[in-house]
Amino acid sequence: MHDTDRAATGTAPPQDAPGGATDFLDGNALAGVLAELFAVDVTTATSRCAHCGSSGHLAALRVYGRAPGLVARCPHCSEVVLRLVRTPQDMWLDMRGCTALAVPMAPA
Amino acid sequence: MPRWLTAALLERREETATASTLVLDVPGWPGHLPGQHVDVRLTAEDGYSTQRSYSLAAAPDGDRLELTVQRVPDGEVSPYLTGEFSVGDLVEVRGPVGGWFVWRPDEQKEPVLLVAGGSGIVPLMAMVRVRAAAGSRVPFRLVASVRGPADRLYGAELDRGSPGLDTTWIHTRTAPPGVVRAPGRLTAQDLADWGWPADFEPTVYVCGPTGFVETAAGLLVALGHHPARIRTERFGPSGG
Ligand SMILES: Cc1cc2nc3c(=O)[nH]c(=O)nc-3n(C[C@H](O)[C@H](O)[C@H](O)COP(=O)(O)OP(=O)(O)OC[C@H]3O[C@@H](n4cnc5c(N)ncnc54)[C@H](O)[C@@H]3O)c2cc1C
Ligand SMILES: [Zn+2]
Repeated sequence: MHDTDRAATGTAPPQDAPGGATDFLDGNALAGVLAELFAVDVTTATSRCAHCGSSGHLAALRVYGRAPGLVARCPHCSEVVLRLVRTPQDMWLDMRGCTALAVPMAPA
Repeated sequence: MPRWLTAALLERREETATASTLVLDVPGWPGHLPGQHVDVRLTAEDGYSTQRSYSLAAAPDGDRLELTVQRVPDGEVSPYLTGEFSVGDLVEVRGPVGGWFVWRPDEQKEPVLLVAGGSGIVPLMAMVRVRAAAGSRVPFRLVASVRGPADRLYGAELDRGSPGLDTTWIHTRTAPPGVVRAPGRLTAQDLADWGWPADFEPTVYVCGPTGFVETAAGLLVALGHHPARIRTERFGPSGG
């Protein structure tokens, strides 16, 4: 059962996952808090990373931390794409790691 | 724009020794797509509040919604929801949210591969149930990894099955009698044997603890599935 082919394609236990870390979620997990701010679901929007230029859905970012403070990193270069803090009175959203955001809309 | 809604526990079903399905009554629930989740907020008498995400487990059914919660030992929220939380008790929910990790039966006609680790089966079960309710003929395959047969969520319902749905259980620690595959973690061979070949261009949904999702998504890419057709939902380090 343990052929080299399978070892090469990676049957490693989770703690040996790429990068070793398992303490993050997907951008999907931002949907609830971002829904307080935006009228449409922005997790399906495409963003471009300001550091490495790669584009992808917000849902595919790696999210670290927990409400009320969340950081989303690029899955390619792991730089910070957006930061968000929800206080009882305010929402603080820092999107400097993202150069463009394309949001799917119903035809105008 | 979802706001916090009040949810009352109508009924609790024990799915396994450590997981329960909570049937909630949420007046004003707008309906949902399979794969979406809610944020659940608990507030203590002293005002301290905390929130967690839980996937919607059932097809839309008016104001009723179902969550299946796996108890995480030493967890803050899941032991409460699977324990003291009693019929008639209230929590707040915000949702439905998430437009990416969803299956849209009206638009998606391609084959679907569902890969679950532990409680990661919950949003995938919503897809299975919506498919059955819609009488959809889209071919589905579900590969679900569990420690042993006693940890299978929705086992009886999946055993009854539905036409065009193939379910395979992968046992990581204890295999039931008669199962040929030796217990062990999900491998590329399992996905090759029980998933769809990449040439069929299925949409693949992978859900479970973050480590499981990392491993499974890597195996799928190595088998030739295009990363753009693999959608993931990571539950965090514990997530069952
Ligand atoms: C979109 C989404 C959908 C989910 N759906 C379900 C579902 O349907 N059913 C289900 O049972 N669970 C689901 N989860 C997981 C759920 O939200 C909780 O994480 C889980 O119930 C554990 O919560 P807890 O309060 O019991 O444990 P906690 O007290 O939060 O954690 C227990 C232990 O795990 C660690 N830990 C857990 N999560 C994290 C994290 N994100 N970052 C860092 N450390 C962490 C803690 O440090 C601690 O050691 C989902 C998660 C997400 C993001
Ligand atoms: Zn980047």
